[in-house]
Amino acid sequence: MVKRKNKPISTQSDWTFELIARYDEEIGRVARHYGLDCYPHIIEVITAEQMMDAYASIGMPVNYHHWSFGKHFLATESGYRRGQMGLAYEIVINSDPCIAYLMEENTMMMQGLVIAHAAYGHNSFFKGNYLFRTWTSADSIIDYMVFARNFIAECEERHGEEEVERLIDSCHALLNVGVDRYKRPPKLSLLKEKERQKEREEYLQSQVNELWRTLPVRPGADKDEPPARRFPSEPEENLLYFFEKNAPLLEPWQREIVRIVRKIGQYFLPQRQTQLMNEGWASFWHYTLLNHLYDEGLLSDGFMIEFLQSHTNVLYQPPYHSPHYSGINPYALGFAMWRDLRRMCEAPTAEDREWFPEVAGGDWHETLDFAMRNFKDESFIAQYLSPKLMREFRMFAIVDDDRRDKIQVDAIHDDQGYRALRQRLSDQYNLGSREPNIQVWNVDFQGDRSLTLRHFHHQRRPLGDTRDEMLNHIANLWGFPVRLEEQDEHGHVKLVREILVDRRRTR
Amino acid sequence: MVGVRIVDRRFDSKNKSAVNRSRFIRRFKSQISKAVAEAISKRGIADIDNGEKIGIPAKDISEPQFRYGRGGVRRDVLSGNDQYHTGDQLDRPSGGAGSGGSQASQEGTHEDDFAFQLSREEFLNIFFEDLALPNLVKTQLTRIEEFKRVRAGYTQSGVPANINVVRSLRGAAGRRIAVGSPYRKALRELEEHLARLEACGDGDTREAQELRREIARLQRKIERVPFIDTFDLRFNNRIRIPAPSTQAVMFCLMDVSGSMDEEKKQAAKRFFMLLYLFLRRTYQHIEVVFIRHHTQAFEVGEDEFFHSRESGGTVVSSALELMHKIVVERYSSRVWNIYGAQASDGENWDSDSPHCRDILRDEILPYVQYYAYIEITAVEPQNLWHEYARVRAAYPERFAMQRIAGLPDIYPVFHELFRKQLA
Repeated sequence: MVKRKNKPISTQSDWTFELIARYDEEIGRVARHYGLDCYPHIIEVITAEQMMDAYASIGMPVNYHHWSFGKHFLATESGYRRGQMGLAYEIVINSDPCIAYLMEENTMMMQGLVIAHAAYGHNSFFKGNYLFRTWTSADSIIDYMVFARNFIAECEERHGEEEVERLIDSCHALLNVGVDRYKRPPKLSLLKEKERQKEREEYLQSQVNELWRTLPVRPGADKDEPPARRFPSEPEENLLYFFEKNAPLLEPWQREIVRIVRKIGQYFLPQRQTQLMNEGWASFWHYTLLNHLYDEGLLSDGFMIEFLQSHTNVLYQPPYHSPHYSGINPYALGFAMWRDLRRMCEAPTAEDREWFPEVAGGDWHETLDFAMRNFKDESFIAQYLSPKLMREFRMFAIVDDDRRDKIQVDAIHDDQGYRALRQRLSDQYNLGSREPNIQVWNVDFQGDRSLTLRHFHHQRRPLGDTRDEMLNHIANLWGFPVRLEEQDEHGHVKLVREILVDRRRTR
Repeated sequence: MVGVRIVDRRFDSKNKSAVNRSRFIRRFKSQISKAVAEAISKRGIADIDNGEKIGIPAKDISEPQFRYGRGGVRRDVLSGNDQYHTGDQLDRPSGGAGSGGSQASQEGTHEDDFAFQLSREEFLNIFFEDLALPNLVKTQLTRIEEFKRVRAGYTQSGVPANINVVRSLRGAAGRRIAVGSPYRKALRELEEHLARLEACGDGDTREAQELRREIARLQRKIERVPFIDTFDLRFNNRIRIPAPSTQAVMFCLMDVSGSMDEEKKQAAKRFFMLLYLFLRRTYQHIEVVFIRHHTQAFEVGEDEFFHSRESGGTVVSSALELMHKIVVERYSSRVWNIYGAQASDGENWDSDSPHCRDILRDEILPYVQYYAYIEITAVEPQNLWHEYARVRAAYPERFAMQRIAGLPDIYPVFHELFRKQLA
């Protein structure tokens, strides 16, 4: 038992602004002691309703208007009212300065927990992780959202709400296939955006016109004509990008909206790629920071008990046969992995030395910092998931092949299974294998201007029931016939669906 | 180290998502209207103060993404292994393909409806869209007999009780300054002159005497300016402005004789409920009077109105007479907007029906805003209907009648009765 030399900061459950400032000061002191590198942050106190607002508009303090955000709001609200679901405790915005929301209804303990979790945990992850560093510009996102909202509001005024809404519907549908997984985007900036937008409009339109120019073919030129030019020359995985640049019938303002939705989707890609790491990291740090403060005597026993209760609720991993099971809980596994990394540094076992020679017995600050900066979920698991954790979680892998009668268990937490399990779990966090791989394959720009998409099969898995609806959205953007082909693993291609539209006629 | 910046946002930008919310409602109007109509049939009259929780099919409002369907090879890593070894074969759980019990159990719950809460306002607006109270505007303009008195500045005449002291004295002070100032100016000059003479030791000269007399004269003049004059008086002014009455009383008349079975009563209840909700949208204060009758009519509470059952014959005029009596005693039509709704299966003693017609036409319709009669029956209309049809001819704008065969007809009939009339 550590000798308590300090008095607890507070013992009652009500919070005050002074207390929040005090807790923040102490948590910040300890965070610096552990070398956490964070953006400066602002704490904003909001009501439950405002929290639902923020939650519904993808966590952004500013966003354009769309019915789907209203739908999410209503869903959140009715869940909250029924008491089925607590609100997300916290929303933290990856911006510089980082904004952390505290909800009015929370107890002092919860406010302390959220400050440690969001304002220091997530914050340092945003600042350090390579995906966030390369893909998001924390200093300009809010400005960009303001630009987006104003631009879309203007379009609504000029072209009518419903027209804009239809377009945004189609763009939202393509969000997941509207990201570059490999290229790096240019920085977002409000000023530049505004300046360039006009330029871009004109330039893009001229490019599109070039592509679709129909010059009379000179007689005699046929013979020299090269074999049909492919377009795009390489298959394009970013469908939204492709439409923004090449859809023949979109008007400049429509291209700009496609771009806005795409940019915002791209901005959130790192969050999807690092959910497990990020939540685990933030949980690891709230746990570490608050325990440190408790050891110093600054937190009361009551605070700690309340904290541990909510901490364990979030980090619970139900077994596969539980009615509450919905896959591996990324909070639980993430937290466990960071803790495990620290353990391997501080108290390595023989197994750790064999599996993780570069980690075992090292400096845990450096090890964790390195892992936080340089990985995403997929590679983090492939690199650091230890046999010990697989045993603790009692993991097992199954294969469900529709050509067989039964599901097969093909690896469990034993010596033969560790590597396979780890590989499989890592795959599961690879967005590329979680979502169907659909690319723009070809445009028949000399014939009927039809667009051909190709779905590259992965493990023979077919597209779900949203396929036709999705193709309609794509046809809406493209304006001409859209075809979907499937290519199986042996390279055989077959046409699965064709939508014949020609938007010129209906206009 | 400066402290952290804490911003209190609790008081700004409330209802930020109102726009998104209203867009959602606009976009799914048809589904929501349908759900609202269904919801209304499940509620009691008293129970409308809250918004309504409604559900619409989730598939209509889904936001699609490309995703995998069933089939092919699925792989999954699960936690909590309690019995399996590598190579074990498992049966597929029914329902979910492949990820243990989770999907099966999720599919057991109701995922097909997207449930949410409408505010009372939203709920009623959707429900009564395209409906209007007949003659509402007209009667309000022509029959305004209520006035309220409001302040309207000040006047120069009035009764002493209305004198506004501050205004009056302020005016008097101004007048005194204005009227007295030339004298005071002259007085000041003379006094200065006199003071100079006295300073030179010429205080007893003739000129000085003259000055003193003149000063005294001016002082008298100044004193003679009256402190307050009738001219200064200001009176508080109040005027009467017409005040449209914002209260309404709704009479529910129902036949509870033996021939009205439970189903018919339910239909009548729905109808009364709709009317009540509808009036609630227009009037701040509404009272409801329930009158049930067989051969005699009684005023009863809501519960008894709907739930007790009598047997015996039917004399409709008894209810009409009671309504008339209550109106005369308690609801002067000058301050109350009166609505009547009568539900019956159309059976009445033959000799009573002409009597009903007379009471309705001569004693009730002149006072009410609107009177609606619904006949809940599947058979041919009987004499009451025919007599009422003659009333309708006399008061086409205030009297409406419709026939309902069963519960599903209520809503369309209600719509029909209160259809917005395109003038």
